[in-house]
Amino acid sequence: MSGLSIQNLSMRFDLPNGGSVQALKDVSLDLAQGELLSVLGPSGCGKTTLLNIVAGFLAPTEGKIILNGHEVRGPAAERGMVFQQGALFEWMNVRDNVSFGPRMAGQRERDYGATVDHLLEVVGLRDFKEKAVYELSGGMQQRVALARCLANDPDVILMDEPLGALDALTREKMQSLVLKLWKETGKTIILITHSVEEALLLGERLLVMAPRPGRIHREYRLPFADLGAGQDLRAVKKHPDFATTREEILGMIWDMEEEIMGRSEAAGGA
Amino acid sequence: MIVFALYIAIFVVSWLLVKLLVHRALNDFTARKTVTFGDESAVRPSRIASVVSILTIFLLWGAFTGSTWVPKFLHAPGPFVGDASFTYTAEAEGVAPDDATVTVRVFPVGEETEDPQVDPGEGWAKNDAASVGAWRSGLVRVDKNDEYGRDQGHTIVAVNGTPIAPGGEVMTDYGRVGMSPKGTLNFEPAKGWQMEPIWLPAPEAVLARLVEISRDGYRDSTLWEHLGWSLFRVIAGFFFGALIGIPLGYAMGLSDWFRGWFDPIVEFMRPVPPLALIPLVIIWAGIGETGKIILLFLAALWIMAIAARSGVSGVKISKVHAAYSLGASKVQILRHVIIPNSLPDIFTGARVAMGVCWGTVVAAELVAAEKGAGMMIMVASKFQLTDIVIMGIILIGVIGFGIDMLMRLAERKLVPWKGRG
Repeated sequence: MSGLSIQNLSMRFDLPNGGSVQALKDVSLDLAQGELLSVLGPSGCGKTTLLNIVAGFLAPTEGKIILNGHEVRGPAAERGMVFQQGALFEWMNVRDNVSFGPRMAGQRERDYGATVDHLLEVVGLRDFKEKAVYELSGGMQQRVALARCLANDPDVILMDEPLGALDALTREKMQSLVLKLWKETGKTIILITHSVEEALLLGERLLVMAPRPGRIHREYRLPFADLGAGQDLRAVKKHPDFATTREEILGMIWDMEEEIMGRSEAAGGA
Repeated sequence: MIVFALYIAIFVVSWLLVKLLVHRALNDFTARKTVTFGDESAVRPSRIASVVSILTIFLLWGAFTGSTWVPKFLHAPGPFVGDASFTYTAEAEGVAPDDATVTVRVFPVGEETEDPQVDPGEGWAKNDAASVGAWRSGLVRVDKNDEYGRDQGHTIVAVNGTPIAPGGEVMTDYGRVGMSPKGTLNFEPAKGWQMEPIWLPAPEAVLARLVEISRDGYRDSTLWEHLGWSLFRVIAGFFFGALIGIPLGYAMGLSDWFRGWFDPIVEFMRPVPPLALIPLVIIWAGIGETGKIILLFLAALWIMAIAARSGVSGVKISKVHAAYSLGASKVQILRHVIIPNSLPDIFTGARVAMGVCWGTVVAAELVAAEKGAGMMIMVASKFQLTDIVIMGIILIGVIGFGIDMLMRLAERKLVPWKGRG
């Protein structure tokens, strides 16, 4: 059985003052091989916790994760992760960052060399491979992070707001790149984002999560990722359904935020 | 006080002069930035000020020591040297008061000299001759050659016509003439404003001493041996301190048990000044090399342990997570993520540790040593060889500065990613 299955996942953090926070409650989800899922939600809805559990950095209180028929325990190379920023190794040059995974697996230069160079070419960093990563712009650094993840050939790629720190123009270019890489490699991708537009553009499936406790609020299946792959993303944004879905989701998140505000105000008033 | 006032005056005057004469390129970005007063990042050290500052120190040093490096007209008034004279009026029983002249030859200390030849002159009080070193003072027994001695009630009542009594004094053009309680004259030639070489030698004297000692050595060792031994102790102590301290810091950064076990020790030992350990180390290990290296080891150990610990705790969790999700094992994460990530902190610690070790070794050598920079200046100070003391202080400063520069250079070369994470 191939694909990623998240089964009845719950996560509770105990606080030092005796209370506890229910970060996730009974989250279940099945992803087929090659699906691209984007996850949206107001802050505190547990989306990063969900990603960290899938990555294996956190052990869930209840539930389990099955990847290709095996239960996930701890981090492993089959689940690559792309972070928002600051996760590159600045003591290595671009190429050494990208070849980190294969090198740790004990591969030789002749085994991984061609793949790494090809990936650097794909992300447009061929001329920068000897540069130190801190000499690159934010967008280029995220390209390195993407290439580094792909060089390890994971089954699932987890992206934690990978484009969140980039400026609007760079972000748009990177969105195209992510779509292109998804189409070319056929990887299963889970992408967490704050931007509704990005979630719509990059999500074949889109999950809206609700906070307190963190749970799945609603799921969409969207055509935009397929439409966008290989063409101008601005054309996709003109699609009539795009605007309506965006408004719908924005309204949904807005209501959740309002509810949180109201609740905390009520708590404060009482 | 005068020196301080002069220093401030030079500071202000040179500032104003440079302001008037040197126009900064106004299109320079930094110059534009300084429009916003209070923007610390726009403050650059003025190179001119640095040069003037150093020149001022040497100028004042030279001017107040009568250095040949400083033009004569800039010298502070020196001590009086040459033949000074004053007259005294003496009384004795049964005769009229009589005047006589005292000629005192004031000579630079260290030179051979003779009393000046004088004509005894008329009257019962005879002219006298004496010699006194510059910056010194000397008793002048003027009654010795007079016709009436103290037995006949010889008393001096005036100097240069000014009445004087035991315990009193008269200022003359050449200096102060005082009278001891027993009535003997005491001549103290004018000292001027310059420093005596035994307090502060002229810069060229220090340089000459440096040349002499680097050629002939001092206390059975060459200058290079003295400095080399100090450096060797620092490097050996630092080496062992780093050898133990860095792994200890890593262990404290990575394990609860190690952190808990060593935290009280490290936190207690860190604020103890290494100098306070000198007596104990001497009791335990004596004043030989072992004791000094143990002391420097202890000085470096805690600094390096804390630097390594903070280097480990400073690693961004996302880097560790990234390495994990790329399939790295714990050992690989330690080797490829945690250690390189901690190197900038370790280098900072190493710079601090080297500075502390250098200070500690000099202090330890001041206390007891057979060779070393600190021993050299301590022994010299006991013989009032101020030029060697000043030379030693300058050399110690230069070496300390050199060590720091080398560490910074190494840091730039070896951990160029410092502060770029």
